[in-house]
Amino acid sequence: MKYLDEFRGADDVRRHIDAIARAVTRPVNIMEVCGGQTHAIVRFGIDELLPSAITLLHGPGCPVCVTPTEIIDHAVAIAALPDTIFCSYGDMLRVPGSRRDLFSVKATGGDVRIVYSALDALDLASREPTREVVFFAVGFETTAPAHAMAVIEAERRGVANFSLLVAHVRVPPALETILGDPDRRVHGFLAAGHVCAIMGTEEYDALVAEHHVPMIVTGFEPLDLVQGILMCVRQLESGRATVENQYARVVRASGNLAARAVLREVFETVDRRWRGLGTIPKSGFALRERFAAFNAERKFPIKLAIVDDPPECLSGEVLTGHRRPNDCPSFGTRCTPDKPLGATMVSSEGACAAYYRYRRREAFELA
Amino acid sequence: MIEPLTCGVPHVPNHVELAHGGGGRKMRHLLESVILPAFDNRLTEAKHDSVVLPIGNERIAYTTDGYVISPMFFPGGDIGKLAIFGTVNDLAAAGAIPKWLSVSFILEEGLPLSELERVVRSMKDAACVARVDIVTGDTKVVDRGKGDGLYVTTSGLGMVPAGVDVRPARVRAGDAVLVTGDIGRHGVAVLSVRKGLAFESPVESDCAPLADMVQALVGGGIDVHCARDATRGGLAAVLLEIASTARVEITVEEDAIPVDPSVAAACELLGLDVLHVANEGRMAVFVSESDASTALDILRGLAVSRNAALIGRVAPDGRAGAVSLRTRFGPERAIDLPAGEPLPRIC
Amino acid sequence: MCLGIPGEVVGEPTGDLRMARISFSGVIKEVSLVYVPEAKVGDYVIIHAGFAISVIDAEEAKTTLAWLDEAERALAAG
Repeated sequence: MKYLDEFRGADDVRRHIDAIARAVTRPVNIMEVCGGQTHAIVRFGIDELLPSAITLLHGPGCPVCVTPTEIIDHAVAIAALPDTIFCSYGDMLRVPGSRRDLFSVKATGGDVRIVYSALDALDLASREPTREVVFFAVGFETTAPAHAMAVIEAERRGVANFSLLVAHVRVPPALETILGDPDRRVHGFLAAGHVCAIMGTEEYDALVAEHHVPMIVTGFEPLDLVQGILMCVRQLESGRATVENQYARVVRASGNLAARAVLREVFETVDRRWRGLGTIPKSGFALRERFAAFNAERKFPIKLAIVDDPPECLSGEVLTGHRRPNDCPSFGTRCTPDKPLGATMVSSEGACAAYYRYRRREAFELA
Repeated sequence: MIEPLTCGVPHVPNHVELAHGGGGRKMRHLLESVILPAFDNRLTEAKHDSVVLPIGNERIAYTTDGYVISPMFFPGGDIGKLAIFGTVNDLAAAGAIPKWLSVSFILEEGLPLSELERVVRSMKDAACVARVDIVTGDTKVVDRGKGDGLYVTTSGLGMVPAGVDVRPARVRAGDAVLVTGDIGRHGVAVLSVRKGLAFESPVESDCAPLADMVQALVGGGIDVHCARDATRGGLAAVLLEIASTARVEITVEEDAIPVDPSVAAACELLGLDVLHVANEGRMAVFVSESDASTALDILRGLAVSRNAALIGRVAPDGRAGAVSLRTRFGPERAIDLPAGEPLPRIC
Repeated sequence: MCLGIPGEVVGEPTGDLRMARISFSGVIKEVSLVYVPEAKVGDYVIIHAGFAISVIDAEEAKTTLAWLDEAERALAAG
């Protein structure tokens, strides 16, 4: 595939790894922010190729992983209602709520459907006027513009039986939380390329200036990741700390102006609880009052308890780079993708799921 | 008030889920914990697609299959063709020459007769191509809403030639692992209908009979240790099953596995791992290392296996049941069965 | 969630949502180009959740592929 294959060359990757090995002079911890980056790193074995001086820490950039439990419970409650079609990206179906997940609602007769785009859910609402169609709007700033456009389109077409259950989160506040942690072990960041394609890189200038950490915006192919790591190492070795754009073929400093405008029109910034991390101020999006008619929280008001994940699930530590998935006592035993304790074992971009899928080495018994 | 039970409630089902039919871990669990214990005997222990039964001086291979694929008609085939070739291939996996099939229909009230005729004609054509006879059968009808069009179950009998012994237990350390063609076509072809994916050149199911292919290897002097078609759960599932039954470790090279660019692109778009995508005309074949080159030549000389490739090895002193993939950059990663049902009702 | 795939614009956009046919190595999908008004047939775009979010800059792609050579040249010279 064009613009994918060229960035997966074995020779190119090895040359970058060699350059990293020559450049690094002391232990360095680099955090990749985005779950898509984590998944690519584990899938292609990038971390195993790097010199041992480099430690990659996995960050909180997995929106499926950080959707708070009470929103899952709200989704489950809506999905179980009669005459309701609940649409979601596939990943969300197995994320555990406090009692059940969306998948079990589907298995016991609820109409839960996997869609690839919010527009698919909107089209479904047009075709099924007697039923309420609710779309689970999960994602970072990358995905929010798609959802925003679905709402604008619903308003334009007058589709009244359509609404979003919004669980959007923003990346910069999460980075601030990690940077503000006195126990912070991160020396440099690989920032999420597709989030930056929308929001640009300007949001990070202040963070970088205040905390003096290199911030490299990277793509998701092996070459992008090792090039980003090399750029980060070079900055660290020379004492520099700037925002550097490795993914310039996709990311511009100002981002996507059209998308940013639509985001401002449709969403406002709110405080949001992150599963495993607690409440982060101004870290979420919610629908503006103008679009209240498309807000599933308004249409289906349900009283829900705030439920903490029990102490056995260490997702929070994994998401902030304090613990590797395979260092969790429950990893692969009490916690597996089939019986997850938390969301990081469920999402295709969750660090625990990536390690489970690609890194288990013990003898495999089919059972 | 909502009371949390334990951490996020592990989902332990007490009812059948779609995932139980997916060829992945859940299906394995259902078989091992519910079904096999009830029917366990010396013969089912072999855990191969067909069972080989001694009758007098002959050996007969015997298999059964069900087909619930939705949609019934897809690029490159239909449920009827699938049923015939799928059964033939299970017999081929035991080294047998397929001879006789039975076919049983469960029809839903309201199914257009034209569709039934189309399926039946397709089965007749497929049986002709595979040189098998459909010798007995049955037909039942269920109420509208209780049957989703048409389900087919089959059974098949074949004769295993003298000296041919093809089953997972014969796999040895050092064996070469071959795949008989590019993977992922069937699943992508079916998904393209379900998901409204279009292609510049349509991806068609690889649905094909493979008994002649296996016999070509045998006839060419190859001692085929094991051969199995990679249906539900894809190449990953078949390698894992064989690794587990044979108690060996298998290592494959990611770049050696043939995948058509359109199939690869469709999998990227749909978030599928091509190793988990169903095939209906591809086998994993295990032969001794010294036979690998000749086996490949034989396979590549046949239309159905012209893209055959050597993809890996059975490791010496490996961990029983493990399958590792060496990525193009060097590091190895474990291959696992898919958890759920990436592609329900694919066969 | 960050899954964004590059594809080639092979059809003209139509409608309010500027839906256009995109080819991914021969797989054709209709996506919205509403966020990339500058995109034209023959351009490559990154698609995420049914929408194009960026037009791929071919020159920058080449620069990225040549970056290490340039950087090492600079290092050797400097």
